[in-house]
Amino acid sequence: MTQPRTDTLEQALAQNRFEWWDSLQELGRELKRDKPGLIGVILITSLVLMAVFAPYIAPHDPAAQDLTARLAPPVWYDKGTWNHILGTDHLGRDVLSRTIHGARVSLWVGAAVVLCAGGFGVVMGLMAGYLGGRTDAFIMRWIDTQVAFPGLLLALIILAVIGPSLTTVVVVLSLNGWMVYGRMTRSAVLSIRQSPYVEAAEVVGCRWPRILFRHILPNLTSPLLTLAILEFARIVLAEAALSFLGLGIQPPATSWGLDVAMGKNYMFMAWWLVTIPGCAIAVTVLAINLVASWLRLISDPQEREKQYARHMAGVMRKKLHAVLEKEKTPEAP
Amino acid sequence: MTASPNIPLLEARDLVVNFYTRGGVVQASRGVSFQVDYGQTLGIVGESGSGKSVAVQAVMGLIFTPGHIEGGDILFKGRSLLDPAGRKFVRQVRGKEIAMIFQDPMTSLNPVFTIGTQITEVLRHHMGMTKDQARHRAMELLDMVDINAPEKRLKQYPHEMSGGMRQRVMIAMALACEPQLIIADEPTTALDVTIQAQILELLADLQQRLNVSVILITHDLGVVAQLCHRVAVMYAGRIVEVGDADQVFASPVHPYTKGLIRATPRLDVVTERMVSIDGVPPDLISPPKGCAFFPRCDQAKKACSRMQALIELGDDRHVSCWCAAKENGR
Amino acid sequence: MTGQSHNRTSDSPLVAVKDLSVRFDVGRAGFWGGKRLIVHAVEKVSFDIHPGETLGLVGESGSGKSTTGRAVLGRAPVSEGQIFFQGKEISHAGKYQVRELSRDMQLVFQDPYASLNPRMKIIDIVAEPLLVHGVVKNIREAAQEVARLLELVGLPPDAGARYPHAFSGGQRQRVGIARALALKPRFIVADEPVSALDVSIRAQVVNLMQDLQSQFGLSYLFIAHDLAVVRHISHRIAIMYAGNIVELADRDLIYDTPAHPYTRALLSAVPVPDPPVQRARQRITCPGEPPNPLHPPSGCRFQSRCPCATQTCRDAAPVLTHRRSGQMAACWNC
Repeated sequence: MTQPRTDTLEQALAQNRFEWWDSLQELGRELKRDKPGLIGVILITSLVLMAVFAPYIAPHDPAAQDLTARLAPPVWYDKGTWNHILGTDHLGRDVLSRTIHGARVSLWVGAAVVLCAGGFGVVMGLMAGYLGGRTDAFIMRWIDTQVAFPGLLLALIILAVIGPSLTTVVVVLSLNGWMVYGRMTRSAVLSIRQSPYVEAAEVVGCRWPRILFRHILPNLTSPLLTLAILEFARIVLAEAALSFLGLGIQPPATSWGLDVAMGKNYMFMAWWLVTIPGCAIAVTVLAINLVASWLRLISDPQEREKQYARHMAGVMRKKLHAVLEKEKTPEAP
Repeated sequence: MTASPNIPLLEARDLVVNFYTRGGVVQASRGVSFQVDYGQTLGIVGESGSGKSVAVQAVMGLIFTPGHIEGGDILFKGRSLLDPAGRKFVRQVRGKEIAMIFQDPMTSLNPVFTIGTQITEVLRHHMGMTKDQARHRAMELLDMVDINAPEKRLKQYPHEMSGGMRQRVMIAMALACEPQLIIADEPTTALDVTIQAQILELLADLQQRLNVSVILITHDLGVVAQLCHRVAVMYAGRIVEVGDADQVFASPVHPYTKGLIRATPRLDVVTERMVSIDGVPPDLISPPKGCAFFPRCDQAKKACSRMQALIELGDDRHVSCWCAAKENGR
Repeated sequence: MTGQSHNRTSDSPLVAVKDLSVRFDVGRAGFWGGKRLIVHAVEKVSFDIHPGETLGLVGESGSGKSTTGRAVLGRAPVSEGQIFFQGKEISHAGKYQVRELSRDMQLVFQDPYASLNPRMKIIDIVAEPLLVHGVVKNIREAAQEVARLLELVGLPPDAGARYPHAFSGGQRQRVGIARALALKPRFIVADEPVSALDVSIRAQVVNLMQDLQSQFGLSYLFIAHDLAVVRHISHRIAIMYAGNIVELADRDLIYDTPAHPYTRALLSAVPVPDPPVQRARQRITCPGEPPNPLHPPSGCRFQSRCPCATQTCRDAAPVLTHRRSGQMAACWNC
């Protein structure tokens, strides 16, 4: 890309202000090439939009009971109606609406836990990795202990004290989930610390906060992002499990896990009560994993190049065959 | 050594290798031709980005995605190594009749196996020896590369050995199948100067004793002067000068060769300031149409915007330069 | 105490190192952790550097040259001995003092590809020292100074707006030099600054450093493993082997009349790019490898490879003594 020769530094800086837009466009092109990643991104975006606009999309109020239409089957059955496309549960509540609203809970819990657990875990990992010595030893032992502690037991104890609710779910999952960020961050920090550019920052006279946040942290974002997204998927599942066990969201609020729990009793009569929310969970987790896998690919420059080359190889192979056919001459003895 | 001496042992003809990257197509090798005769050492000299490693990686089949051999041919004893129909021949040749030594002995040896295991594996796989035969031969090979106490060394792991020792082990592994050609890709760049001298002397000695041909890739002209009969100078994916080493050093023709020799500091000549070549090598994603050295050349003329093929200056000397052509009245 | 240099003034040295030893504790041997493992990286090293002077520090891997450079900057622990900067002792400087000293002493790194943060623009990299020491309040104020520094090292001022990956190795090394110059230091430790660069580019960087030295009166500790590169920029050269300085002399004396057997072996091992000349040379062989830094031999550390080793060499380690004006060597037999 040619740019006109600038005389002063300020001019050049001003011109380059928008280069982040170009890299974003480049990312978009790469995404189009990677079909699984594209599907994942489209699914996630749809889920987020669905969650945000739930009150406008859902045909019914998820808590509205209609005892005359209990356990109505989905629309493709004889007894099904377009009023309740995916049927109703044992209290006559519309399954479709409950599923759409359930997305809100799952995504909100996922985001909240990733932020809390991630935030705390990363800070701990940074301190352990950079300060080393006793701080490192202390934090690592703390992590080891907490990892060994059974998460479910912790959940039960906290619930006994506070009582089940959305907030409790977030607290419990955060307490159980920060360790993995701590360990990953610490090992990444330990390896980045050896880099010459970090040593250069120290020689120049930077103090440790600046080194941590200006030099080390920005180079951690790729592995951290991938970890956060995978954890998101895990939290969605964990929330569903907790709600299923009755330790999480309480009725009348909706959650996919809760719906599966309540539908469990009617599994053989009304399979849609368990399957629809179950599918929603599966699709969400799958979409997240596809996006995470694509992100891991593009954050590794070598893998990114190989992906591009494989794509080009298909194009080139056709061209090459044409050229080689023309050029085929007998070899010299 | 039984084939006709008129056919070179290894010949590369117009080798073109491209690397497909997101930034564009990197033309790493733009029509490289060279040959090595029996019992001869060819030195390929170039700086980073000249394409010297890519050329020999193509010989050994080490060009992987995103790289692709686009054109040209590589002939070993007259038979093509790139012909998809001759796969059996190629498998037999690579690793057995042509062996390769890499730059970093730290990463070229498998850290979880002992030296003994690694050498005997080569012998048993390619030469079909039994375990005892292989072990005996392995000790012979270690002795050939001047490693003392071979019995003890066979049981050692790579990390227990120094850099120089590891490189000797690599040379021993390369010799295991009695190759006719050894390709050494910057074998001494990662080693200390005194160890480098030892390894180079070893290579010279082995080359004479066993009559193997050697292709030596390096950026150090001193190494070439010590070891090579012939030298090929590469710049921006092409060979710009090739000929007998003594002649090329004594009277270089191509301006890049001249510049490179001037820029290499010598211990026996005192200069006030170091001499460099101004500018930087061209970007191989969009290489210039004419001579790639044109922007940095002090003898540049208008004609240099057109590419000059390698012209023969007599006596096995080829140069890719218009000025040389003019001087010789062509 | 040290050799005379060509153009040094009679004032006191800028940097003085006396009997410096650096040892690293690397753990314990044996199952019960009986014996302590100590790496003897640097042992009793002494030298002076005067203002405007370059001391070339040459050695192979494991010689302790990089550790010595780091120790002078306060980045390696001093086990024994003293380091003086401008007359004041800095051997056991605390973190705060080291930060203050960084205004006067800087470091140029070996690897141009790894010593610049890939996520920072060039202007951020070069302006960082100014920001950190409060010379400027933000990047905008630094722009003028950064443009001046970039031009000083031969880069266009608009290079500041780009990222390191857009530049070649030689250009990145220039950025590293610009960064080192930002605080106007008096002394720069250059740790193998041209080893990772192509031959035709090395001269550009070495000549730049020489020009900057004559322009600003900088002193350099130029660490290298290549005797040929060090020749042009050094006034005096120290040869290190296995943690000791084995020879310390004026530049020309090292090349013309080397005293220590290791120096002679080193000089004969560097190949000359001239086939007939190289073929005619007699190489002085010193077979073997450097000693294990965990268990250095008693006496001279070069004894296992030296062609003229005697019993005296095994009994006691030699010290640097004057041979002639401007040359010191540590050897019993030469």
